[in-house]
Amino acid sequence: MIRDPKDLKRYNASERANHWVVGISFILLTLSGLAFFHPAFFPLTQLFGGPVWARILHPFIGVLMAVSFLVLFFRFKHLNKMTPADKEWLSRAKEMMNGDDHNMPEQGKYNGGQKAMFWGSALCMLLMTVSGILIWRAYFGFDITLVRLGAVVHAAIGAVMIALIMVHVYAAIWVKGTIRAMWYGTVTRAWAKQHHRAWYRQVTGK
Amino acid sequence: MALQSLDIKQRSATTTPSTQVRQTVEIAKLIDVSACIGCKACQVACSEWNDIRDEVGNCHGVYDNPMDLSAKSWTVMRFTEVEQNNKLEWLIRKDGCMHCADPGCLKACPSPGAIIQYSNGIVDFHQENCIGCGYCVTGCPFNVPRISKEDSKAYKCSLCSDRVAVNQAPACAKACPTGAIQFGAKEDMKDYAAKRVADLKERGYDQAGLYDPQGVGGTHVMYVLHHADKPDLYAGLPANPSVSPLVSLWKGAAKPLATLALAGVALGSLFHYVTKGPNEVSKEIEDEIEKEDAK
Repeated sequence: MIRDPKDLKRYNASERANHWVVGISFILLTLSGLAFFHPAFFPLTQLFGGPVWARILHPFIGVLMAVSFLVLFFRFKHLNKMTPADKEWLSRAKEMMNGDDHNMPEQGKYNGGQKAMFWGSALCMLLMTVSGILIWRAYFGFDITLVRLGAVVHAAIGAVMIALIMVHVYAAIWVKGTIRAMWYGTVTRAWAKQHHRAWYRQVTGK
Repeated sequence: MALQSLDIKQRSATTTPSTQVRQTVEIAKLIDVSACIGCKACQVACSEWNDIRDEVGNCHGVYDNPMDLSAKSWTVMRFTEVEQNNKLEWLIRKDGCMHCADPGCLKACPSPGAIIQYSNGIVDFHQENCIGCGYCVTGCPFNVPRISKEDSKAYKCSLCSDRVAVNQAPACAKACPTGAIQFGAKEDMKDYAAKRVADLKERGYDQAGLYDPQGVGGTHVMYVLHHADKPDLYAGLPANPSVSPLVSLWKGAAKPLATLALAGVALGSLFHYVTKGPNEVSKEIEDEIEKEDAK
C-alpha cells in the first residue's frame, strides 16, 4: 500500500516480515519467561495453555527468535556501524530526549541510539541463546555450575533485554510517523528529513 | 497429594506466608552409617511402599545397584572402599533427599505449590504442580531430584510424608534390620546420635560425629559418620553444603530488583510521553516538502 507515491521506502516486505517474526517471538518469550522469573507473573502461563505447555514451548520459541534474529542481524549489520557523528549524537541524547532535536547532528538511516540498540540487542540475544541452551533440561545436561550460571545469566540478561525492547517500542511510539515503516515499509519525506537527514539526502539526492 | 494432616511451612513460588499458627515437632531420620550392613532392605522398602519399580539394570562390577538415584529410585546405597589408619574401610551411605531446613530446590522452583516444606521439616514434591523445568535440580546442593523421562516431573524421597502424617516411621526406617535408620523428633535423634558418636569414639574413631550441615540450616536426614571430619569419603558427601550463591542471586535479589526496574522503564516511558509530548515532524519541514512539491 502506498499512501503517497513520493513516500520513501524504508523496509521491503521480507525485512518487515523478518522483524515481525522476531517481534512476535520476543513477546511470547517475554510473557512465558516472566512467568518463570517471578511468581507474580506465573498466571501468564495460562496464555500458553498452562504452565507445563509454557515450559515446553518457551525454548522452542527461543530457537525461532534466535534464528530469525540472526537473519535480521546479518541484514542490518552493515547499516549499524558506529560513526563519529553517531557518537556525538549519543553524547547529546539528553537534548533529544527533552524533545529538542534541532541541534542534533545529521543521522543516516539509523541514529546512534538505534545503533546502540542494535548491538545491545545482538549481545543480549547471543547471551540469551547460549544460557538458554545451558538450562534447557529436556534436551541438554550440562555441568551443574554451568547450569546455575546459565540460570543467572538468562534471568538477568532477559530483564535487560525486556527493558531494551521497551525503550525500542517506546521510541517508535514517541517519534510519530515511525510505526508505519514496520507495517508497510514507507515513511514520509518530511519524517526522513527531520529524523534521518543524511539518509534523506542519500535516497532523494537532495 | 497435599496432606491436610500436615501443616505447611513454605511453598514454592509463593510470596505470602503459609500456615504459621501451629508449632509442630521437627522430625528427622538418622542414618547411622557405622551400623549399616548394606543389605538394601531400605531400597526395597522404599520401592514397595511408594509403589515404584525401577528398571532392572545391569551389574557394573560394584555393589551399587542401581548406580544412581532416579525418578523411580528415591534412595540408593553408595559403597566406597577407602584406606583409613592403614586399614581398608568399607563405607556404605544411604543416599537420598536430605530434607534441608533451607531447601535449594524449593527456593529455585518457579511453580507455586510444586514443592512444599511441612512444618515438621519434610520437603515434599507435589508432582501435580510440577512443570518439569528442572530448576529444583539446579537449586539442590546434594544433587538429589531427578526428572522422569516418562512424564517430565521431578521426583525424590518424600520421607514417606504419607506415613509420617499418620504417625508411622518412613518405610526405610521400618525395614532396616540393624537399626541403622532411626526416626523420630529431631531433638531425640540428636540425643541418640550423641550416644552413637560417644560409642564410636570409644572404639577409636576420634573424628566420629553427626552430619547436620548448618549451611542449609540443618537437615531432616542426618548421618552418624565415623569420619565426620571427612564427609567426602562417603561417596562425595559435601563437607559444607549450601545453596549456591548463583542460585541465591538468581532467586533472591534479582527477582524483585529486575521486576522493579522493568516497571520503572515502563512507567518512565509513559511519563516521558506525558511530560515531553510526542516527537512530531515539525511544521517547518512539512512546509519545505510541500513547497518542493508545488514547484
